[in-house]
Amino acid sequence: MSLLHLAIISPFLLAILVPIAYKLFRQIHTGWFVLPLPILLFSYFISYLSITSDQQSVTKSFSWIPALGIDFAAKVDGLGLLFALLISGIGSLVVLYSIYYLDKNKEQLNTFYVYLLLFMGAMLGVVLSDNLIVLYTFWEFTSFSSFLLIGYWYHREKSRYGAQKSMIITVFGGLSMLGGIILLYLMTGTFSISEIIAGSDEIFSHSLFVPALLCFLIGAFTKSAQFPFHIWLPDAMEAPTPVSAYLHSATMVKAGIYLVARMSPVFAEHSLWLWLIAGFGITTLFWGSFSAVKQTDLKAILAFSTVSQLGMIMSLLGIGAAALHFETVDDSYFTVATTAAVFHLINHATFKGSLFMVAGIVDHETGTRDIRKLGGLMNFMPITFTLAVIGTFSMAGLPPFNGFLSKEMFFTGMVRVLEMDIFNLDTWGFLFPVLAWVASVFTFIYSMILVFKTFTGKFQPEQLEKKPHEAPIGMLISPIILASLVIIIGFFPNIIANTLISPAQAAIMPVEGYVYDTHIYFWHGFTPELFMTLGVITLGILLFVTLPKWRRVYDFLPEKLALNRFYDSGLSGIQHVAHKFTKWYMNGSIRNYLVYIFTFFIITLLSVLFLKGAFKFDASNVSAIRFSEIVLALVIAIGAITIMFVKSRLTSIILLGAVGYTVALFFVLFRAPDLALTQLVIETISVALFLLCFYHLPQIKDEERMPFKATNAVISIGVGLVITLIAFSAHSNKLFDSISQYYIDNTYEKAAGKNMVNVILVDFRGFDTMFEITVLAIAALGIFGMIKLRLGGGKKNENK
Amino acid sequence: MEILMAFVIGILFMSATYLMLSKSLLRIIVGTGLLSHGAHMLILTMGGLKTGAAPLLGEKAPYTDPIPQALILTAIVISFGVTAFFLVLAYRAYQELGTDNMDRMRGTEGND
Repeated sequence: MSLLHLAIISPFLLAILVPIAYKLFRQIHTGWFVLPLPILLFSYFISYLSITSDQQSVTKSFSWIPALGIDFAAKVDGLGLLFALLISGIGSLVVLYSIYYLDKNKEQLNTFYVYLLLFMGAMLGVVLSDNLIVLYTFWEFTSFSSFLLIGYWYHREKSRYGAQKSMIITVFGGLSMLGGIILLYLMTGTFSISEIIAGSDEIFSHSLFVPALLCFLIGAFTKSAQFPFHIWLPDAMEAPTPVSAYLHSATMVKAGIYLVARMSPVFAEHSLWLWLIAGFGITTLFWGSFSAVKQTDLKAILAFSTVSQLGMIMSLLGIGAAALHFETVDDSYFTVATTAAVFHLINHATFKGSLFMVAGIVDHETGTRDIRKLGGLMNFMPITFTLAVIGTFSMAGLPPFNGFLSKEMFFTGMVRVLEMDIFNLDTWGFLFPVLAWVASVFTFIYSMILVFKTFTGKFQPEQLEKKPHEAPIGMLISPIILASLVIIIGFFPNIIANTLISPAQAAIMPVEGYVYDTHIYFWHGFTPELFMTLGVITLGILLFVTLPKWRRVYDFLPEKLALNRFYDSGLSGIQHVAHKFTKWYMNGSIRNYLVYIFTFFIITLLSVLFLKGAFKFDASNVSAIRFSEIVLALVIAIGAITIMFVKSRLTSIILLGAVGYTVALFFVLFRAPDLALTQLVIETISVALFLLCFYHLPQIKDEERMPFKATNAVISIGVGLVITLIAFSAHSNKLFDSISQYYIDNTYEKAAGKNMVNVILVDFRGFDTMFEITVLAIAALGIFGMIKLRLGGGKKNENK
Repeated sequence: MEILMAFVIGILFMSATYLMLSKSLLRIIVGTGLLSHGAHMLILTMGGLKTGAAPLLGEKAPYTDPIPQALILTAIVISFGVTAFFLVLAYRAYQELGTDNMDRMRGTEGND
């Protein structure tokens, strides 16, 4: 185990110690014990920058289940390191923020930090694993810890609802991804991502390639809240705000993005990959930004905004896959989409993290997150206001913030779609820039709503629970750091261009011999993208000002189309149908179950008998019929048939006795003296027992009712027929002689007995007899127990 | 002879099935009794019904097959044990519940 492995599992180890620290030091906020770890991890991962900047990678392997090819292989390359830095960096800031956000006297801090650390470790595991099974293990760990964190205030019903919903959707995707992993293993014979990528050319034409691709995409889309699986993210906003900032904006929702980026070298050759990712991404971008405008809750706006921005990154990754298909043209012309995806990934983590923290501060200091109640907070919270302006303007794509740069590159990527002539992109491809532009207008509108409805306008003190004031400095540190990053990256984008972006790009699109050299220019000149941005700003301002006039569009438009309604009715519908179905076939009547069993028996055996040609009738091997045997057979047949129709129980018992004694006579005829003896004795005792039972049963009451049921008759005739046919076939298909000659020969020589049946019972096959004695003993004890033991002080059942 | 026996066994199974599908617990137990008779006869028939001497040394060969007889003997004893247990169970159920009608022996709605 190397230091790298230790770094990945260190959050898990610390999670064990957290409850102890919580119990021992009640006076100190538990978060202070947690804070050093992510900072330490961040500085540790920084040390890898020098390696990955040269587009090298480090792999450390640790044997886990070598027999199944599962090793805990940890690999640090550009993409993994970028995510690891995001996770540990924003993790530190979130822990710091949560120290001031959560009250140490009112909240269960030990569970909070345990869950948060579990999540952090799991997320590091996801992005640094080189083995798909290990990746999947950590992947499910993130779903699981996210579930715990969303349901942190478990006494609230909405928290439980949100937690359950996110669990169902992400675990559905996770299982689908596991299916994809297994399919990939079937194709390549390895779980190692590096080896799969190295051999990806050979699996392209494999018949399992497309199913595996689809399975992976479902996993990525559910985790990253892509349309139509985005519905869990807005409900996950019931989590405490530090959780929303960490999981549901910066890290976990990007696990799907990470998966798509990581698997791009395997799948991106196929046109489905490009179309599905770009198509679903752009749809998500549009739908998320469109839905965000109508929200009234700060965190709900941010949730839909996250959905929409994730769609944007996703669509860029999809378009970026096209670069693989242009070898002749200058690659950098097409790789701009991938560069924009990585760049925006970083930018989004910075501004969205700070915006969530701002929303948390507003909530914390005013008691509400409803923008209809908020307004005019600018004078009370100047620092928070500044942070909100930086975050939202960056989100809307305004200069000079980092969002402007990535939005310009996004437009570039989308416009270049028009010049692609592969995969029918020249026909429907024009939709990409159009949708992207419209979605950007909506993005601009909700960004403006977010900042101006909260901080400007009329101050409504009567609506607020608390008197608003500026947040404590500790709570402001984290968003200040993030907002400064927004500005720093905005002005000096090239400080991360060749350290973070190019190495990540090299991992997403490993092209032999290609030099990844990224430069992000603040000023492109008068390009089409610039005019698109100007158009966004103009139309956005216009629509924002006239918002009250057209807002009613939302009232009649989406409610019917809401995916939440579909999800809710689907879930309750499934439960309802399952309940109905179980109620219908499990109705508690033993007769019903016997009908199922017998019907299955008849259908299966008959179909096997005739479909497989097993039925055979061969009369050559039969023995002669004697008159006495015919008489006995008739007696049994008549007896058995009569039992079916007699009304009185006494008659049926006597008839059963008659059948039993006739069977004994058959044993006599067929030369089985021991059987005949036993049968006679046992039949006598059984009949006596039956009579005992009969004596205690209710008088006549039920005796008249013996209605004839056609289904019963059909089923019983069917069973009789099947047995007869099988008896014929078995008899006609005799393949080997009996082994009984050995017993006949050796009964006296080896076992010193003359009665062969008895010698078999106690000598050759004595074990059977021993356990048959056991059966009798158990039956006797059971009967004794049933009669003697009375639970509940021998109180009679009240039914009687 | 085996053909005739196959029909007899079929009739026993048919009758047993019919009884087991009825409502009265006692009739169900009668059905299981018939079913075990059918099964024992089936084992004997499948062993071959060629007439020979009883499987006792000292009789004149050829003997009938002793193995099916040993198997049946075991089966008879086990089915007897189970039947006896089952009968006493029915008796006790009647004592406690006051009915031998299977349709009335159900858990209440809240118990399922």
